[in-house]
Amino acid sequence: MLALFYILIAVLIASTFWQLTNIFNLKQDIATEEDNDQQGKLMFAFMIGFYALMIFCFWKYNAVLLPESASEEGVRYDNLYFWTMGLIIVVQAIMQFFLFYFAYKYRGINNRKAFFYADSHKLEMIWTITPAVVLAGLILYGLSVWIDMTDPSDLEDPLYIEVYAKQFQWEARYAGTDNQLGRGNVRFIEGINTMGVDMTDINSADDIPTRELHLPKGRPVIFKFRSQDVLHSAYMPHFRAQMNCVPGMVTQFAFTPSMTTEEMRLNKHIIAKVENINKIRAEKGEDSYEFNYLLLCNKICGASHYNMQMNIIVEEEDDFNKWLAGQQSMTQILKQ
Amino acid sequence: MSDHHHKETFITKYVFSQDHKMISKQYLITGIVMGVIGIFMSMLFRLQIAWPDHSFSLIEAFLGRHQDGGVMTPDIYLALVTIHGTIMVFFVLTAGLSGTFSNLLIPLQIGARDMASGFLNMVSYWLFFLSSVIMLISLFVEAGPASAGWTIYPPLSALPQAIPGSGTGMTLWLVSMAIFVASSLLGALNYIVTVLNLRTVGMKMTRLPLTIWAFFVTAIIGVVSFPVLLSAALLLIFDRSFGTSFYLSDIFIDGGVLHYQGGSPILFEHLFWFLGHPEVYIVILPALGITSEVIATNSRKPIFGYRAMIGSIIAIAFLSTIVWGHHMFITGMNPFLGSVFTFTTLLIAIPSAVKGFNYITTLWRGNLQMNPAMLFSIGLVSTFLSGGLTGLILGDSALDINVHDTYFVVAHFHLVMGVSAIYGMFAGVYHWFPKMFGRLMNKTLGYWHFWISAIAAYGVFFPMHFVGLAGLPRRYYTNTAFPYFDDLSDINIIITMFALVGGAAQLIFLGNFFWSIYKGKKATQNPWKSNTLEWTTPVEHIHGNWPGEIPEVKRWAYDYSKPGYEEDWVCQTVPLMEGEEPT
Repeated sequence: MLALFYILIAVLIASTFWQLTNIFNLKQDIATEEDNDQQGKLMFAFMIGFYALMIFCFWKYNAVLLPESASEEGVRYDNLYFWTMGLIIVVQAIMQFFLFYFAYKYRGINNRKAFFYADSHKLEMIWTITPAVVLAGLILYGLSVWIDMTDPSDLEDPLYIEVYAKQFQWEARYAGTDNQLGRGNVRFIEGINTMGVDMTDINSADDIPTRELHLPKGRPVIFKFRSQDVLHSAYMPHFRAQMNCVPGMVTQFAFTPSMTTEEMRLNKHIIAKVENINKIRAEKGEDSYEFNYLLLCNKICGASHYNMQMNIIVEEEDDFNKWLAGQQSMTQILKQ
Repeated sequence: MSDHHHKETFITKYVFSQDHKMISKQYLITGIVMGVIGIFMSMLFRLQIAWPDHSFSLIEAFLGRHQDGGVMTPDIYLALVTIHGTIMVFFVLTAGLSGTFSNLLIPLQIGARDMASGFLNMVSYWLFFLSSVIMLISLFVEAGPASAGWTIYPPLSALPQAIPGSGTGMTLWLVSMAIFVASSLLGALNYIVTVLNLRTVGMKMTRLPLTIWAFFVTAIIGVVSFPVLLSAALLLIFDRSFGTSFYLSDIFIDGGVLHYQGGSPILFEHLFWFLGHPEVYIVILPALGITSEVIATNSRKPIFGYRAMIGSIIAIAFLSTIVWGHHMFITGMNPFLGSVFTFTTLLIAIPSAVKGFNYITTLWRGNLQMNPAMLFSIGLVSTFLSGGLTGLILGDSALDINVHDTYFVVAHFHLVMGVSAIYGMFAGVYHWFPKMFGRLMNKTLGYWHFWISAIAAYGVFFPMHFVGLAGLPRRYYTNTAFPYFDDLSDINIIITMFALVGGAAQLIFLGNFFWSIYKGKKATQNPWKSNTLEWTTPVEHIHGNWPGEIPEVKRWAYDYSKPGYEEDWVCQTVPLMEGEEPT
């Protein structure tokens, strides 16, 4: 019934406009010189408003953006992002200006004739070649970063970690002393072996399953991703890292953490952000929050997609080794 | 066409009509109805995003068992974003936009009495109607409609155990889309054949208005890519119903292993985006075509760089079929393939930039007639630029890594193809309303409609970029599970408020549209003083379009403000003056 009520309201509003139209309809329905003048000026005003909105957003919302990259590879990402964003802002500012300024400047006047100007080979060449050259630069730069980020072959002494996704939680598996991950398949899932590790593979014995992701600062990490049910995406925004987890195959992504969690908590941007968050939380009467790196799911995966998370703790290599030594291996766990 | 005066019954005139003008109106009305539903859904889920635990009687009223005390469930949230996307992309901006204006304008602007096959045209519409009805029925099934996102990636879309919407809801979605593909193929083949074969004397391809070029090329992309969606859907139906393993492998769900072995979801992603990416050009090209026509007419100037515009349309169309992989940079696809797709994707910026520059140059030193259609066209160029530029980030595989599937993407594509295409559609409706209904739409309400929409659109989608850059993934029921995102709640509330205002502003359009059909000012034959052939037909619709002979075309469509002519327009049928260079 309530739905009918809302539909009725919408119909009433629309018919109000219907009635209003009766009043307005006394006027001519094709733009007159007066309309051109008024609307042209509005175009100019809109341009000012639009610039104000853009400047406001960049100023006000800078505080919510991600802090500097917490991975070595991410530094190049940030540079590429900086230059690309710079280019976008410049082009946007110029093009929008000309668009709205011309809409204002050349608003129609009766008895004036427009300038018949159908073509200019020279101009066309300029605005084909300029973007082409700029884009060539952007493509080359982008591809060099892309290859850098996706090619793990030049990483020295990488640590192997499997990140395992399912509805709606993450698990992780460290490769252990041999630094080799044992095979896995969903057909081996049984009881406590929740990731389906194949225990007949000798590499599996020393693998260490965990529910928290600890990473050593300064050591390259090669992540192997698996999923047991639907597509998930392992998104670690602070490290500029993301890869889908695909049932039936193993995907990978690598980066080298460059800032420990403690260091990031002392980052100026993060301090301000956390302060702001805690102010908001205090108003709502919620607990205070402390910064942690995040692993989120970024591919729609079902009802609790929005709440599929795991903390990432980056620490000095010694602390990391200590933590890892305190965890039980697959063999130990299965024995119990 | 000797029989164009035969008697029409109500059924043959208004229901099973084979007249392209009536079919065009049928497409438009159906598109508007679907648009109202699609936009309304976005209002509902924006309420949820801004005020996650708040109880809304609006939600209580419309979501029935999918809500609890005015708060929607996570499942219906996902269903709403899924169906919103499906309806807006396919039903409104593909069928509603292309179907309406290709049908209306192709015969009228090329000088033909009707489409090549009126019968196929009619079948095309009714298949579209059927698929719309099935899609709407799917909203009412027990477990809820399809909810795996409009991209329906398996395994989520294949397994009802994974999400309830993947049961009957998804079956109906697939059936509806299969029928939709058939409809759009029949339509597209008809458009292509008509443009190639039924042009009037003198209407060379290089004299076609840019609208027709856009519709023609759009139809070609549709014919090339839509069948692939059909095969993707068929294989998914096989996996779902007959136990095949095209897309599924090694799945453990509900405490047991499923039998699927050897398939790959990535195959589906390739097939889906082989349509999915060209699809965004199927959506935007007609809008750009309409804009070319509206901007030229209302600037009283020839469109700048006519041949370059055609070249750009063709280049965009060609490139659009080889860039689909940029939706898949982080799916586990080989990184080398990613490099190739980055290259082809960023190339699209060149023809797109050319189009942008040419529109702006067309305005330069014009004599701009600020009709509502013109405002929407200028708005389109603005949003197309704003949205297109961020494509430089998303199309670059490296940069895509960290913004993929965040709100940055949502902001990008809503501006570049959502808002832009909707603006194109509005521009088309305001501009050709006199041709469709013989009356003019109210100007003042048109202005209000544009300005509120324009402010709301940027109010929604500009701040949204920052939500994405902050790292918030899309399709999250709420971001309250992560205290890290608590500082985004303000932006989300602002966005929702603008969205509600923008949605409400469309009521102005609806009121104006239906009012004007019956009571709008009677239009003269050529209210905008336009050069193209559709304005040489009588205001009252007749079967066969022209009462006598079809006019012959002597020149291109853009001789506005041509020196040597007294008026600032020269109809395509006017013979060249002595010494005038042929166009």
